[in-house]
Amino acid sequence: MERTAPDYAALVLLLPALGFLASALLGRWLPRAVVALVACGAIGVAFVAGLSVTMQMAALPAAERAQRLVLWPWIFAGDFRVSLGFLLDPLSLFMVLVVTGVGFLIHVYAVGYMHGDPGFGRFFAYMNLFVLAMLVLVLADNVLLLMVGWGGVGLCSYLLIAFWFERPEAADAGLKAFVVNAIGDVGLMLAALLLYGRIGALDYATVLSQAPQALDQRAATLVALFLLVAAVAKSAQLPLHVWLPDAMAGPTPVSALIHAATMVTAGVYLIVRLHPLFVLAPEVLALAATLGALTAFFAATLGLVQTNIKRVMAYSTVSQLGYMFLAVGLASFSAGMFHLMTHAFYKALLFLAGGAVIHALGGEEDLRKMGGLRQRLPVTYWSFLVGTIALSGVLPFSGFFSKEEILSAALAGPRANPLLGLLALATAGVTAAYIFRALLMAFHRPPDEPEHARHAHEAPPVMALPTLALVALAALGGLVQVPGVSHAVEGWLEPVFAKAHADVVPPFSPWVTALSWLVALAGLAVAWRVYAPPAKEAPRVPSGLYRLLANGYYVEALYSAVFVRPFRALARGLGERVDRGVVDATLDGIGQRLADLSRGLRWVQSGYARSYALAMLLGTVVLLWYLLWK
Amino acid sequence: MPLEAYIALSAVLFATGAAGVLLRRNPLVMFMAVELMLNAANLAFTAFARARNALDGQIFALFVVAVAAAEVVVGLAIIVAIFRRRASIDVDEISTLRG
Repeated sequence: MERTAPDYAALVLLLPALGFLASALLGRWLPRAVVALVACGAIGVAFVAGLSVTMQMAALPAAERAQRLVLWPWIFAGDFRVSLGFLLDPLSLFMVLVVTGVGFLIHVYAVGYMHGDPGFGRFFAYMNLFVLAMLVLVLADNVLLLMVGWGGVGLCSYLLIAFWFERPEAADAGLKAFVVNAIGDVGLMLAALLLYGRIGALDYATVLSQAPQALDQRAATLVALFLLVAAVAKSAQLPLHVWLPDAMAGPTPVSALIHAATMVTAGVYLIVRLHPLFVLAPEVLALAATLGALTAFFAATLGLVQTNIKRVMAYSTVSQLGYMFLAVGLASFSAGMFHLMTHAFYKALLFLAGGAVIHALGGEEDLRKMGGLRQRLPVTYWSFLVGTIALSGVLPFSGFFSKEEILSAALAGPRANPLLGLLALATAGVTAAYIFRALLMAFHRPPDEPEHARHAHEAPPVMALPTLALVALAALGGLVQVPGVSHAVEGWLEPVFAKAHADVVPPFSPWVTALSWLVALAGLAVAWRVYAPPAKEAPRVPSGLYRLLANGYYVEALYSAVFVRPFRALARGLGERVDRGVVDATLDGIGQRLADLSRGLRWVQSGYARSYALAMLLGTVVLLWYLLWK
Repeated sequence: MPLEAYIALSAVLFATGAAGVLLRRNPLVMFMAVELMLNAANLAFTAFARARNALDGQIFALFVVAVAAAEVVVGLAIIVAIFRRRASIDVDEISTLRG
């Protein structure tokens, strides 16, 4: 029988599901090698299946590259009809390849990173469940199923951040991520309700084709705004970015997979997937661009002062996601997706290389205690260097091409916004500075505590090989889309945007390229000047500014004062006054009264059989008296 | 004999039995008193049955005899068990279930 594309697509979803079940139900009894093989194999084969679907799709004419795969009817109640249906189109397959491809490499890496952890089986069960939820998210063909995936990745994110739940800070970080994401979930829910109320359907095809007629300006703006709230929370944009740096309490492969390469990009995907709704609400799109540019800049500046290597990269992720929001906010959707892909490559690489450093130092994440690792960990050093250069946007590494497109869109495109463009340009310089600072502190600077570095050992092959694969991707992944030479990503995604002619392809402008180069080099130079090898002590930054940055612009303090502390006080008040004062007091009172009553009646139970007999006799006499002479 | 005579005898027997249950502390005697009460009731049953020329009262009396036999079996078993434990069967000493 000729296999068609949708059959393999079902395989893409089925394999992580089976992998999850195997690890979750049997992981405790199976040998670790089997768990690792099943978990990695499930994702690896899913990637191959996704690749074959993509190839088959690519062979079709562009107009037919959108197929629905309806597995079952899901909810059929009156007019409300939702199927368990999946949409295979260039956009969803693009995401499938990124998720399963990078996911596979990180799974393999995690086999080495997590070896010896007592929760090995649990870890891979969560990881496979995450990949499944992420695939449901990107493949869903209706908003309700999207929400299932959306909630699923949020759950897995929580479970994996709090994976080492015996550490209080990990448990707290997981809770924080969950609570902040709940804000976004509410936004998504409201948007879905509004869409269903106005259009009466939730599948993308109906929603997106009828939205222009069914939604008036106000409704369109509201829907887009709610969706933006959801995207901002999931992608850790201003002002809901606070959960992502804390999320680094999870194991490093989790940070690489969920909090750098895939889940946090779900917000960008949401906007791109539902872009016709955003096109109807240009102000919201502009708001997304503004938030993106602001987030990019502020998060990058925060990256300059972090002392924890993973927090540097967390702020870097927030900042890079800001670039993506800027791109999609300027309606350059394919540029945003391109940056999503290259970012997945080089940020996963940075996390894996950083994880190798942490692994080598026995769990040490403090940059100040690293240093001098260049000789001890050459492979890790060169991998990290490639990631650094790709993130900084140096030709011909991947970050260069995608960042270039976004800067061009902001500075020279038809929707150019010079203010946001300059902010993004400045961010490019800060980006180069903070990541180079991390590199210099970890690898070049003489170590403060030489003891630490002496025991450092290079990562085992199971960790090194995926890292090297990502080195290749981070170095060369950008070449798929070179201005004037090829436009693979843009061309592949073109059918998705064709109907609305929505995608604004940024023009290539040499002066933007030159400018961004200069800025990035300036950032590198500053970092070198301050952190070059002989420098040991921390650089002198005006202490006021330093404190501002070290405290994350006091956003956490603000939220703590405005939300967390009043809420805790309210909860405590309710607990003491209402719960203990009213609820407990009522129940205690009832119990007390009953106890008093029983104490009063105790004498009746004298224990003397003869007094019971007398009572019976008297009772019978009284009863008879009543019955006979009433 | 008129019905009233039977009923009067039954009432006297019942009162004697009830007094025995209430006043005596030896469970064996109390059992005998209970039997007296039951048989007073049986006497009334059969007397009324005879007077009404129906059988239902006599059948009731048969049931009472059967139930009384069963009750005595259980009661005597309990008394033996208690005697084995405490070497005393004074019912007023067996008051550990006092509230």
